[in-house]
Amino acid sequence: MIEAIRAAHDEAMAADERVVVYGEDVGFFGGVFRCTQGLQAKYGKERCFDAPINESGIVGTAIGMAAYGLKPVIEIQFADYVYPGFDQIASEAARIRYRSNGDFTVPLVIRMPAGGGIFGGQTHSQSPEAIFTHVCGLKTVIPSNPGDAKGLLLAAIEDPDPVIFLEPKRLYNGPFDGHHDRPVVSWKNTDAGDVPDGLSVPLGKAKVTREGGDLTVLAYGTMVHVAHAACAETGIDCEIIDLRTLVPVDLPAITESVRKTGRCVIVHEATRTSGYGAELLSLVQENCFYSLEAPIERVTGWDTPYPHAQEWDYFPGPARLGEAMTRAMEG
Amino acid sequence: MSFKPLSLHVPEPGCRPGDTPDFSGFEIPRAGAVSRPPVDVDPDDIRDMAFSIVRVLNKKGEAVGDWADLLDAEALRAGLRHMLTLRAYDERMLTAQRQGKTSFYAQHLGEEAVSCAVAGALQKGDMNFPTYRQAGLLIAAGYPLETMMNQIYSNSADPLKGRQLPICYSSKEHGFFTVSGNLGTQFLQAVGWAMGSAIAGDTKIAAGWIGDGSTAESDFHAAVVFASTYRAPVMLNLVNNQWAISSFQGIARGGVGTFAARGHGFGIPAIRVDGNDFLATHAVASWAAERARSGHGPTLIEYVTYRAGAHSSSDDPSVYRSPEEAAAWPLGDPIERLKAHLITLDAWSEERHMQAKAEAMDEVRTAQKAAEAIGTLLDGTHPTPRDMFEQVFEEMPPHLIRQRQDAGF
Repeated sequence: MIEAIRAAHDEAMAADERVVVYGEDVGFFGGVFRCTQGLQAKYGKERCFDAPINESGIVGTAIGMAAYGLKPVIEIQFADYVYPGFDQIASEAARIRYRSNGDFTVPLVIRMPAGGGIFGGQTHSQSPEAIFTHVCGLKTVIPSNPGDAKGLLLAAIEDPDPVIFLEPKRLYNGPFDGHHDRPVVSWKNTDAGDVPDGLSVPLGKAKVTREGGDLTVLAYGTMVHVAHAACAETGIDCEIIDLRTLVPVDLPAITESVRKTGRCVIVHEATRTSGYGAELLSLVQENCFYSLEAPIERVTGWDTPYPHAQEWDYFPGPARLGEAMTRAMEG
Repeated sequence: MSFKPLSLHVPEPGCRPGDTPDFSGFEIPRAGAVSRPPVDVDPDDIRDMAFSIVRVLNKKGEAVGDWADLLDAEALRAGLRHMLTLRAYDERMLTAQRQGKTSFYAQHLGEEAVSCAVAGALQKGDMNFPTYRQAGLLIAAGYPLETMMNQIYSNSADPLKGRQLPICYSSKEHGFFTVSGNLGTQFLQAVGWAMGSAIAGDTKIAAGWIGDGSTAESDFHAAVVFASTYRAPVMLNLVNNQWAISSFQGIARGGVGTFAARGHGFGIPAIRVDGNDFLATHAVASWAAERARSGHGPTLIEYVTYRAGAHSSSDDPSVYRSPEEAAAWPLGDPIERLKAHLITLDAWSEERHMQAKAEAMDEVRTAQKAAEAIGTLLDGTHPTPRDMFEQVFEEMPPHLIRQRQDAGF
């Protein structure tokens, strides 16, 4: 997935000289996860450069640059570090088009690695997507595989409005289904590792990654892989929807599936209370109530900071998801 | 070794209601005392400028020293008219707020020279990132008063469709970035805009604006780091009007040093200027603009002025500061000072001034009548509820379309 993200940057920078890329350690070094490796050498220091360690500064200057007419793609080193930049994102980037009635706009992509699974503890594991989905004026995207990462990142760069692009860092090197005790799989050894050129994945479109008739699982990011594992292990004929974009969410994809299966389990790695799952649950209830045959289940991280030693007790793996799926089938 | 219990130091202004204003500790260099360095000066060589004050107009109203003589009489008269218009505009809009025609207003009384004079230092295509107290930039750029009022009244001709707080104007065409209403955020955006201009190989520069109180915001510090690191072509305008609502400037800087001196830690040339001296303000801003446009990077300018009015229509300054303080302010009134100077040049007179003042008020009244004929917050025509849903995104996403339909718009 790292190569796919790098390739998306490369394609966008080659196609449009307004695309500039910066962030902490992003320039010469190519980013701590190497997502921007080689871009400075190829496109020069003015188009890919290191930023001071100041997230407010990175976002705030990118807003100015976008208003000038460039298309900045900035990296926040870890999503856990984004909070100092939150005022610039929520009060400024998200509202400049609205408050100026389109006089000024902010075509800006804010990339950040998110999620756990790498023993990052509470400062390198968070999934803050709901903080962004709650802010009107932002689009929020989370890919689950290299092809989507590339296609969605290109679509995000094309988009005329600010896009939050959360990259599940446990998926950077390979798919991860929550079985942390099994050997690591590289993307290269999977079908998803081969990303075609010229790929385009629109924002706002979910993808059914497994068709099934018993139960709908709404997932995104790492949890898509966990859902597939739980499905295989429980033997339940799940329909798994990879939402890919959380705002604007693909409501028709959700309702079509839940109306068909009559059962729904929602899964995310982020904390539970006021998590994005609450929004999904409401949407399903509002739109599919008369099709439901069981209460909607939510499987999430706990409402605790992301712990270090207890990572696998926190992480909603296939066992926890499988139990919820079984409950939903019994309900 | 034993220590006494600690106590918290909370700075207090020298003058609260009931006290006698005392500016004896405020050092004011004589006009012309501070020399004009070349624009490519090493910031280290002008560190003293962050502790002095560039002044051009002396007590007699004459322009002296090497920051003088940049503007001819016609340009000065135009500047004076802009300030008179701004003052008349403030007076009418503050009254309109009191009459309930708008929810909010903030006037510029006493600090009109800052925005009106800096406007002349910028060129078409440059971009200001103003706070809510730089309407002089728009007036000097020829933005219609009526359009400004339409925004304040949130009427159907408001270019911002009633979405934004009064006085938070926006006009790209006039080099005026949409005013946030949050503090300090735009200082950083100005630096980013300037970085963008540099990346694109453009010749345009940005002008960031911030108040003394807001320099305490983290974004101020982020802005000077980025401006310094990338040598951004930006003019960093810091308007020190002494008061942040009821907090005196010492709350933002511990009562020590100057705001300008904060530039030193970042290698940014820092200049204090008499913000009530139209000529000095214009000259220093022009110096910074030339420096930025020549590729020498940012300049931090502290405009020393005084907020003679309330912070906004929502506060009563007599509760937190002496009502005599404004009159005691030693840098005087910017309009009176420029008027006196023009008279010394034989380019103005008391009669012409009276006439210009009346003309400014007429212009404002005419615009106000036209704007009020369209509507105010109280009556007339307004943006539609449908407008509320537009421009959240370029293309309205399905959930907003649904919400708009659910709401019946």
